Amino acid sequence: MDFGSINPVLLIASLMVASTPILLAALGELVVEKSGVLNLGVEGMMIVGAVTGFIVAVETGSPALGFLAASCGAVILAMIFGVLTQLLLSNQVATGLGLTLFGLGVSALMGQGYVGVRPPASPKLDIFGLNELPVVGPILFNQHGVVYLSLALVIGIWWYLRATRSGLILRAVGESHEAAHALGYSVVGTRFAAIAFGGACAGLGGGFLSLVVVPTWVDGMTAGQGWIALAIVVFASWRSARALIGAYLFGGLTVLQFNLQAAGIAIPVELLSMSPYLITILVLVIISSDKRRAAASAPASLGRSFHASG
Amino acid sequence: MKKRTLLAGLMAATLGLPALADGHEPVKVGFIYVGPIGDGGWTYEHHQGLLAVEEHFGDKVETVFQESVPEGADSERAMTQMALQGADIIFTTSFGYMDPTINVAGKFPDVKFEHATGYKRADNVSTYSARFYEGRAVQGHIAGRMTETNKIGYIASFPIPEVIRGINASYIHAKKANPDVEMSVIWVYTWFDPAKEADAAKALIDNGVDVVLQHTDSTAPQAAAAEAGVISFGQASDMAEYAPLPRVSSIIDNWAPYYIARVQAVMDGTWESTDTWDGIAPGMVEIGEITDAVPADVKAEALALRDAIASGEYHTFTGPLNKQDGSAWLADGETADDGTLAGMGFYVEGITGEIPN
Repeated sequence: MDFGSINPVLLIASLMVASTPILLAALGELVVEKSGVLNLGVEGMMIVGAVTGFIVAVETGSPALGFLAASCGAVILAMIFGVLTQLLLSNQVATGLGLTLFGLGVSALMGQGYVGVRPPASPKLDIFGLNELPVVGPILFNQHGVVYLSLALVIGIWWYLRATRSGLILRAVGESHEAAHALGYSVVGTRFAAIAFGGACAGLGGGFLSLVVVPTWVDGMTAGQGWIALAIVVFASWRSARALIGAYLFGGLTVLQFNLQAAGIAIPVELLSMSPYLITILVLVIISSDKRRAAASAPASLGRSFHASG
Repeated sequence: MKKRTLLAGLMAATLGLPALADGHEPVKVGFIYVGPIGDGGWTYEHHQGLLAVEEHFGDKVETVFQESVPEGADSERAMTQMALQGADIIFTTSFGYMDPTINVAGKFPDVKFEHATGYKRADNVSTYSARFYEGRAVQGHIAGRMTETNKIGYIASFPIPEVIRGINASYIHAKKANPDVEMSVIWVYTWFDPAKEADAAKALIDNGVDVVLQHTDSTAPQAAAAEAGVISFGQASDMAEYAPLPRVSSIIDNWAPYYIARVQAVMDGTWESTDTWDGIAPGMVEIGEITDAVPADVKAEALALRDAIASGEYHTFTGPLNKQDGSAWLADGETADDGTLAGMGFYVEGITGEIPN
């Protein structure tokens, strides 16, 4: 098949960039859900991260501080969610939805003076000139630091959940909070930490969106990416490596279909446009076809409120 | 401040604020937006129109708006809510609100509706649009002259006549200015999704395009163009923050005079269902400043083209023009009629690719 003017190396490099916000948000939410909390406010945390990161990067001229602020901004929002759901025992679904609405509104307010402002350029990492290498150079050695960080998180989260004591506690809290509580572990404390981590990841994803992917601030710029991240957590059946596959598949298909269109490949556009959604649904169906395994992979206490009184 | 307007409107509606001192209720004007008012493009300009209405009429009007209303069924709910709140006239500002507007208008015969860029009217539904394609002709000319790779790209939203007209108008005039020019079109199937718009711009640029035109609402493609060092054009709004490069010119939709006139008509009781389709001449479409990044001769040609269109001496779609399949469309010197333009569903000769159904 002739791919015309498409350069596969550039394609892979740009799909990694396009997928990173979703990947980060999905990884954060994965940890949150593993602890038994369903936070539907990913979209809201992402957009707040996008705007705080953008504002700080513009004001200080430092993208690194911007990314840090993006995480912090979203953590603040996540903590609101934490207080409401963990201490005041509000309904997680409703609170999460509220968080998204709140995030969209507050970000539009904060970003009013920043529409159309150009952020400082976030330099790509240049590792000993390795980016000059053919093929692997642009893909592996010429990305933004956050892309590497997201890949490191995939491995880190896998290792943390699988091999560390506190990862085991987190999973125990997510599977049966009563049992974990009975063993003397702090359910609320663990969940707070997980929610904060989820916020930090979503915020970083949002900051990456406004500082690198787009890079500009526009109201409502996440445009549903947080919801896709939520879907990818299910798609990944709560495993970080599968979240990577899911995010890259979704982001990759979006970028690929744009490239196919740009190169004038004669594939019906309708088919290309729906392909990311279609394939995501297809994989979801395949994964959940084995009912026993699907049920086993979801944390058993997911979405349930916990109070020590029982 | 803008949020407060909405809140004030909602509160006024729910509390049922008393009429003004002179005994006249203010005319309540509603707007339904497809994107956020801070998109920097399409919705931003409509909102400027709302602000102009407020400024012009002062406390004789009361405005409400709702942002980011999805096209389709959900927009009916938003419109119904607005009508129930006592809006006297509602502007629905995206093509996809066409059928919902007609449906809701049927339920509220006393409320006036104005639907942007559609073609379905009723006794209480007017349509209005701008001849953006006239501005596209000017952009196309600049694009054709400025491209060095002879490849220009177009980020298209939905395959509707308005978008197809813009693609054709740009291509025809790019081709006239530069016979070697090729155009790639990417359909993104959204009006507003900055990440997707940026990805589409990057895909075009990765494929060798060095002039990007957009028919989506956000400034994301401008940012992508700035990063890659290629040329772009402001869409719907001036997007002047990206001048002088990448944004070398723009199409500005100036809705304010129309909105003021229509609200005035409601006040006077002279409102009638009409169909308005204005272009450069009456000022509904403006060409944003052409920056110094464009050579002086190209700028002069572009301005001459704009003036010729404004004076009516030149029509954007003037024959000889063939359709994409090679069949004749317009004979030499013949110009396209509004009916054909309003329902345009074909590419002109030379554009590759197919229009999705």
